[in-house]
This record gives sequence, C-alpha cells and structure tokens, in this order.
Amino acid sequence: MPETNQADMEILQEFLAESRENMNEMECDLLAWEKQAVTREALDRIFRAVHTLKGTCGFLGYPRLETIAHQAENLLSQIRDRKITASAMAVTVLLKVVDSVRRLLVHIEQTGTEGEGNDTILLSELSALLNAETSETVAHNDIAGDDQTFSGGTESTIRVDVALLDRLMNLVGELVLARNQLARVTGGQNGSPLAGTSQRLSHITSELQQSVMKTRLQPIGNIWSKFPRLVRDAAMAEDKKIRLFMTGQQTETDKSIIEAVKDPLTHLVRNCITHGIEKPEKRRAAGKPEEGVVTIRSYHEGGQVIIEVSDDGAGIPTDLIREAAIRRRDITPEQAEAMGEHDLQQLIFLPGFSTAKEVTKLSGRGVGMDVVKTNLERIHGSIAVISRRGEGTLFKMKIPLTLTIIPALMVKSGGQRFAIPQVTLVELVRLNRETNDGQVESLFGAPVYRLRGKLLPLINLREELGLEADSNLGNSLANSTHIVVLQADGGSFGLVVDEVQDIEEIVVKPLSKHLKVVHQFSGATIMGDGRVALILDVLSIAQQLHLGAGQEARLVAAEATKTTTPVADPGEELLLFEIGNKGRMAMKLSDVTRLEEFPVAEIENEGAGEVIQYDGHVMPLVPLRQLLLPGQQESVARESHDKLQVIVHAHNGSYYGLCVDQILDITRQPLALQHRQSRPGILGSAIIQRRVTEVVDVAGLVTLSRQRPSGVVPLAEGIES
Amino acid sequence: MSRQLCTFNVGEHLFGVDVLTVQEVLRRQEMTPVPRAPEVVRGLINLRGQILTALDLRRRLNLPAAPAEAEHMNIIVQAPDGSVSLLVDQVGDVMTVQDEFLEPSPATLGSDLREMITGVYKMKDKLLLILNVASATDISELASPERN
Repeated sequence: MPETNQADMEILQEFLAESRENMNEMECDLLAWEKQAVTREALDRIFRAVHTLKGTCGFLGYPRLETIAHQAENLLSQIRDRKITASAMAVTVLLKVVDSVRRLLVHIEQTGTEGEGNDTILLSELSALLNAETSETVAHNDIAGDDQTFSGGTESTIRVDVALLDRLMNLVGELVLARNQLARVTGGQNGSPLAGTSQRLSHITSELQQSVMKTRLQPIGNIWSKFPRLVRDAAMAEDKKIRLFMTGQQTETDKSIIEAVKDPLTHLVRNCITHGIEKPEKRRAAGKPEEGVVTIRSYHEGGQVIIEVSDDGAGIPTDLIREAAIRRRDITPEQAEAMGEHDLQQLIFLPGFSTAKEVTKLSGRGVGMDVVKTNLERIHGSIAVISRRGEGTLFKMKIPLTLTIIPALMVKSGGQRFAIPQVTLVELVRLNRETNDGQVESLFGAPVYRLRGKLLPLINLREELGLEADSNLGNSLANSTHIVVLQADGGSFGLVVDEVQDIEEIVVKPLSKHLKVVHQFSGATIMGDGRVALILDVLSIAQQLHLGAGQEARLVAAEATKTTTPVADPGEELLLFEIGNKGRMAMKLSDVTRLEEFPVAEIENEGAGEVIQYDGHVMPLVPLRQLLLPGQQESVARESHDKLQVIVHAHNGSYYGLCVDQILDITRQPLALQHRQSRPGILGSAIIQRRVTEVVDVAGLVTLSRQRPSGVVPLAEGIES
Repeated sequence: MSRQLCTFNVGEHLFGVDVLTVQEVLRRQEMTPVPRAPEVVRGLINLRGQILTALDLRRRLNLPAAPAEAEHMNIIVQAPDGSVSLLVDQVGDVMTVQDEFLEPSPATLGSDLREMITGVYKMKDKLLLILNVASATDISELASPERN
C-alpha cells in the first residue's frame, strides 16, 4: 500500500523533526540549570519533552527510546515533586539522555530502526539517581519559584514543506515577470482604468514577493542552540574556562544558507576554544581573567548577514605562520619580510595550511580554514580574520541574505548571455587592441595578462564553453578585450568575454539533475525578457585551473585577500609607486581614479605644460619627479621608457595625470604618519611593507604644479569626475 | 486491461507515453543552449518560472536530425529527476489501447533502445512504441562532447 507508506513516512519525519527540536530545547534548559536554580517553567518544559517522546515512541514502536524516556521521566517527576534533590549529577545524566536520544534518532532516520545495542549503562545511571536517598550538595540544587500549572498555549505556527515554499517562490517570481511585462504595455496609458489596475497588481505582487521570501527565512539562532553544549564539552576536555556570549540570534536568513554555514561556524567556534583561548594559568600570567570569552555575534549589514566569531585569547602567532608559509614555499623569505601582520594572518586560508610541523591530531591553528573559506564561497559568502597578539582573534563571515536573489554581472560570449555572481567579481579590465594598452601574453600557450605587475592567468569563456565566435559583434567590441577579474578558490583569474553588460539582481534557479555533468554552471536565471540565462560557477571554473596549487597563484591569492577583504579595522588602502631612483612613495587609493599607460609619443604641449588626450578631454600632466626630486632629470627617464605610467586623479571636475615611473603594489594598512609635511607635496612618511615610504599629498601636488611657471594650465570647462 | 497513451511522432515512428506522466504539451519554446552539455540536451526552457531541460528525442533515439526548418513540440513529462521537456516532431491524440495487442520489443532492437522502448502495440495500420520515460530521460551515462 503505497499511500500508507507515504503517510507513515510523513508521521516519522514529523516525529524526527519534533523530537530534535525538543531535544535542542531540553539541552538549553539543562545547561541553564547547571548555571542557576532551575525554574519551575523550565523543569516543566523538560518534563514535557521527555513525556512527549515517551508517548510517541510507544505509539511508533521504538522500545529503546521509550525505555530511556520512561526512566528519565521518572527521575524528572521525582525532582519535580521534590522527592529527589536536583544535583549536578542529575543534569549530567539528563544530558547523556539527550545524547542517546539524538543518536537513536539519527539511526532511525537512516535505517528506520533503532538498531542493536543496549542502554544499560545510561539506564543504571538513571536508576541509581532514582534510588539515591542522599542529597548531594551542589551550588544550585533547588527548584526556584512556586508551583505553576502546565501552560500549554495555543499553536501559532504550522509546519510547511520546504518544497511547497520553493514552488510558491517560483510562482511569485513568474508573477513578477508577468507584472513587469504588463507594466510595459500599460506604461503609456496614464489615467486609464487598466493602468490603475496594473499599478495595484504591481503593489500586491511586490508585497506578496516579500512575504513569500520571508517564509523561507529563519532566525540564525536555530543553529546556535547547540553551541552552549559544544563550548561546555570542549572547554572541559581542554581544561579551560570559557564563557560563551551570543547576540543577534534573531537575525534572519534563508534556511538553505543557515544549513550551509552550520559546519563552518562550528569549526570556527571549536578553533577559538582549542587554539584561541589559553589555559587558565597562562591567562592569569598574562594578566587576563581566567575565564576566556568566546563571542558569536550576528547582524545585518548592507543587505548581507554578518556573523562574527571572536575570542579574547592569544591571537594568531604570526611568527609561526611566517615560518610555516616559508617552509611550504607559499612565500619567499623576502616576501615574508615585506608582509605585515595582517597579511600574514590571511595565509591561514591557503589550501592545506597548517602551522604544525608534522600532521598530528591536534595540529596548529589554521587547519581546515581553507575548507571553511571554500564552503562560504560556495554560498557566495566570504571570511576575513583580524587578530592581535595577546588580545584575541576575530573571524568575520559575510553571507548573503538569500541564495535565491543575488546581484550578478551579465556578460556575453559567443552570442549567449551569462551571469557572474558579483561576490566573485574583483574588477573589470578593458584592453583596446588598436591603442595597444597592455596586452595578453602567452606562456607556453597559456594566456596571461600583467595586472599591475602581477601575472593574471586568463581563460577565454568562449573556449571554455566551446562556443563559436559571434559574427554580429560590433567593431568597437571586437577590437577590445574584456577581462573580468574574478576571485575564487584562493586565487584570482581573468575571464575573457566578448561583451560586459550591467549588474542585475537575478533570481537563482537550480539546474535539473540532467545537467550535473556540466560543472561550469551553478544555476540558471530568467531574464526580464523571459529568456533563460546560465549562471557561471566561478569556483568550479577556478578549481579546474588549479589556482590554489601553483606558487605564483598563491601569491596572487594573498594579494587578492589583501586588497579585497575589508575588515573591521582595515586601515587605509594605499597605492605604492616609484619615481626616480629608489623614490618609493605611496598615495591613498581613494585619490586614484584610474591607472593608465600612455605612449610617450602622445604627450603634447599646451602653454607651458605638458598635456595628454584622455577620454576626450585634455588632461594636464603633473611631473612628480620634477616636483618631488628636483635633482633628477625627467628626460633621462623618458628615453628609457617608451610608455608613460600615469595615475589619473580627479579634482574639482578636472582630470590630472600624475606621472610616475612604476606602479608597485596596492596594500592596506593603518596609516601612521611621521615627519608630517616635511616638504611641499608630502603628507609625511610611514612604514609601509617594512620600508620607510613617503606619502604624497595629491591635492597639494596639483596646486604645486599650477603655481610653478611651467605649471599646468587648469581647464576652463568642467570635466565629469 | 487497457491504458491511455499520449501519442507523438518522432521521425517516422509513432510513440506513446502513459497519459498520467504527461504534465502538458507546448508549442515551440524559446530555448537557451547549454554549452558542454551532452548532445541530447537541446537547451533550457522557461515554463512559468520553472527552468526545464529540453531533451531532443531524435538524438536520444539515434535518429537522423530533423530538417532545419522543421517545427517541433514540447511534451513536458514527469521523470524520476523532475519534470523534463521532450522535443518531438508532432503530438497526436490520446489513444486507449488494449493489452492484448501488446508485445515486448523485438530482441533485434539493441539493448539501449530496448531499455527505452519497453513494448510495442500492434495498431491497425502501424506500430505504437511505448517509451519508457525514466530511461529515456536518464542521460547520466552520456558523455559531454570532448573538450579540446
């Protein structure tokens, strides 16, 4: 009888779900009990959970569960009637009951039976408590509050199948499309009854969309409920004293995302306990309270959900990291020298990174961090770490609110449209073939591009997907190369596409199982015109490149994390460049509009100054070397370079081209200036990448160049900046 | 015993599937090709917000490709892996067939075809082939085109 089986399955599923929830709740209550006297209400809740379990198991025929529940209920009823004093022992045994029940539930879910085995130890522990006449003394051994009646309360929630919600979501998405099409038709007819109706339909649709989306949201606290227990057990095993703070349990996000962050989050919390928090004696020696604190915080920010896991432990030992990274040849000793604390800490996310010299069961901090990172990237999230020696470590995870609606960059290749999730996007580079500004080079047939001095491996999307060239491409498009710089799998790479379009919010839909052999796509979406577009699986494309494997790629990876993961104390992003001999300087990246390269032949003279045509405007050139290193001759450099490196700066609606000899790097660090304003055009000096570097005052330089007799003539007309 | 079949033409053959597995029949739909997918996958279609894979039955059954200008139709069937669109030449009537006219497919058919065509009804003027939706839509064995 298939119907009966179906019904049975449903009952079983409901039983499993309900029992799990009950056990979670019971565990929380028990842990609270350990800390302070149990309230009558909490005790009733625990009692009810066990009682329900017993009843249902009797009905469904699970004798092992029934017996355990029965004994636990006996114990609880004795405690409730104050015949037995609630002891710490009782709580521990009741926690064991929770564990056993969970184990059996898993077994039932997998096999449909409770399986073989016996629970004599647990049962004897329970009966020992029941028979114990003596009252052990513990700190909180009494029941607080007065007798209260069972408060049942009416049900205000119902269980709904997730598949049904998905279907609703699909239909609403389709309704939105139909609404958009209708709005286009009625757009021109102001005042007509149809326009009014269409507008009302539009409002209702939007509201419906939001409500349906909300049904899939769950408070993130649902997966936190297990952490108090986890922290308690892990702290005990490690002989550490740890208090857990959790705030923001009510922060809501999509159910599927909650499931996906469960493991990474657990890993981070464990990491904080085993590697972050020190042993009590060590903490005392360091002048810290013996009890360490692990904090989990969650909140909404900029349309994303942020989860922070932090501890007040020893911080990440950067010297060990440096050592291990050099040993693993992730970086050279020279590079290690130049890297700041923050940069070194990011290395823990490299694949397989560990500070332990040998692989042991208790290996060093950082084990599995790459897995955490990959898992988060899979759901379009990201992670960053900030750590201070002796003060603690903070992991900050950013996850999207929903997997179903994401911003994506639309591109075209071979005449087909594809969506690239925006989270993987770093920057866009356009190379014009005619003006030959930078080119794609080839290394044994593998195309690469020099992006600010680093080699960026390139993949042509058309070749990757085996598409024909699009003959309908316009001239301007065909003549330029569009590189979409993407970051995934701990590395970055450039995807060459035919055409870059807009960033749009797309509704992600899964691909059917028929297409699981095609790893290049993570899903599909329906565009405004009703056509289907495929979503590129950037992670999978990157993985097949083995970006994480090569040493160079790792460095690019370190570079990428450095420049693209803003953290709570991010410092200032700085552009490093060189003028003249050893004239290493920096400027704030916020002053930089673009980096350009011009052939020297394009320089023209206007009045007393040099200018260059840029984007249809006349851009005055600011010769940094003349202004800052008056001793050195400009012309020498000109002869040796046939290209001019220019930092474009927009100021008061005009563009200015600051001429430098070489762009070195972009870095992020707190800017602590010394020797402030030692001379005009200089803000001061700072130690950047372990070298004393002068930080230029861009606005001051622009003014300076205008004051000089050979200075730049400001433009009369405004230029959009 | 008798059963009801939804019939359709692919090439010169008449096929039938159980009418209960058919969700709906659609005219030609806008299709998005899927690069690197097995050849039988002609593309993705948008069925009221649900994205379905369209399988070319001619290619699946190793029949010659239809002439370029030929129209096709979509039969949306419920397969074990969810709904799938089967591209066929033409959709015919729903027929009621009697079991007495059913015969297993001939042994000369080849094993992969025999898995997809589970039986043959001997109609008055032609043969009606029973398509097994589950194995016709199971393309996990089919490789994607070679990468070069």
